[in-house]
Amino acid sequence: MRLGVLFSGGKDSTLALHLAAEKEEVVCLITILSKNKESFMYHTPNIEISALQAEALGLPQITKTTPGEKEKELADLEDAIAEAARKFQIEGVVTGAVESVYQAERVQRICNQLGLWCFNPLWKKDQKALLEELLKKRFKVIISGVFAYPLDEKWLGKQIDNKLIDRLVDLQQKYGLSPAGEGGEIETTVLDAPLFKKKIEVLDYSVEFKGNSGVFIIKQARLVSK
Amino acid sequence: MILVVDMNWKKDSLGFYEFVLPIVTIAKTQDECIVKHFLEVTNQDLSRCDRVILSGTALKDTATLSQPEKFMWLRETEKPVLGICAGMETIGVVFGMRFIRCLEIGMTQIKMLKENPFFYEDSKAYSLHSYCVEPSGDFYVWAKSTKCVQIIKHKIKPIYGALFHPEVRNPEIIKRFILLKS
Repeated sequence: MRLGVLFSGGKDSTLALHLAAEKEEVVCLITILSKNKESFMYHTPNIEISALQAEALGLPQITKTTPGEKEKELADLEDAIAEAARKFQIEGVVTGAVESVYQAERVQRICNQLGLWCFNPLWKKDQKALLEELLKKRFKVIISGVFAYPLDEKWLGKQIDNKLIDRLVDLQQKYGLSPAGEGGEIETTVLDAPLFKKKIEVLDYSVEFKGNSGVFIIKQARLVSK
Repeated sequence: MILVVDMNWKKDSLGFYEFVLPIVTIAKTQDECIVKHFLEVTNQDLSRCDRVILSGTALKDTATLSQPEKFMWLRETEKPVLGICAGMETIGVVFGMRFIRCLEIGMTQIKMLKENPFFYEDSKAYSLHSYCVEPSGDFYVWAKSTKCVQIIKHKIKPIYGALFHPEVRNPEIIKRFILLKS
């Protein structure tokens, strides 16, 4: 089955892509660039890096910019998926949804409307197990956004490893934070993954932090041999 | 021992993660589990398990509905069976129920029609189906949404169907099914 992956370049959509590629044929990426930094539907920090990730994966990417107004985002997503169906003859769509009924429901509706299959291979996955699977599969993932107390600027740019997972689980117990960021507490950017033919090297970045939230912005990056 | 039947269109499919694994995760908190694809369920599997859960599938996946002959064991078994979504629709096919086109996606209000061991009060549940069944006289209707029948129970056999997906927001239903006395 030919599939398109809704791809933000974060850990969830990249892991979903890998699971999908083990079972079916992933033929393109579909990326929504939302101008709304508080989008309900889409991951936003470093979304521009997704073009480099697509190149690393050797997959064509359909991108669509949306102003990020709540329901307009969905119309733009539908347009992008329809374009993927036309250009790449996809039969289905893969998302990295884990817990969000809001996201899953809306993508299911669009796929139903377009006559496409919809798959959510991370659906209901235990969040600690999800993070551990990234390490097991040798993903290199950094924290590119923090949006909840007590996460601070020291977390930004940190690579996810066993120690960091333990700290996130500890914060779950103390503050009720969701370890994989399902409540929007963290956002991530994938710099390397098994299907990447090259890995991403960050050449320049900046950190912005205010109140209880901040982002690690990749200003310049390139692909290098693995 | 619980037998979870993978109802996806093929064995080891991409739908397994979404429609089978979450059920297994919940069921394992209550008892041991084995998972079999519907094309591979044997009499031996059925005799060694205490109860059976039939999983749901992707919205476009109707593979089990065109192969009712693979589920004739449902007519013979005395073991408790819970069919979820496509699982309930398949029970419907096997027991000769009428099919109706009915699309529900997302959180759905479920209204209790009869006191039952699954839901104690009207509740919301996650729906993902494009068909529903019109139960024959062999089945009670225990709950409905505004559009269609949501929970059924065979009048004699311990066979239950839930059209919504309890594994998403109502895991207690799966646990209550597992704890039901045979």
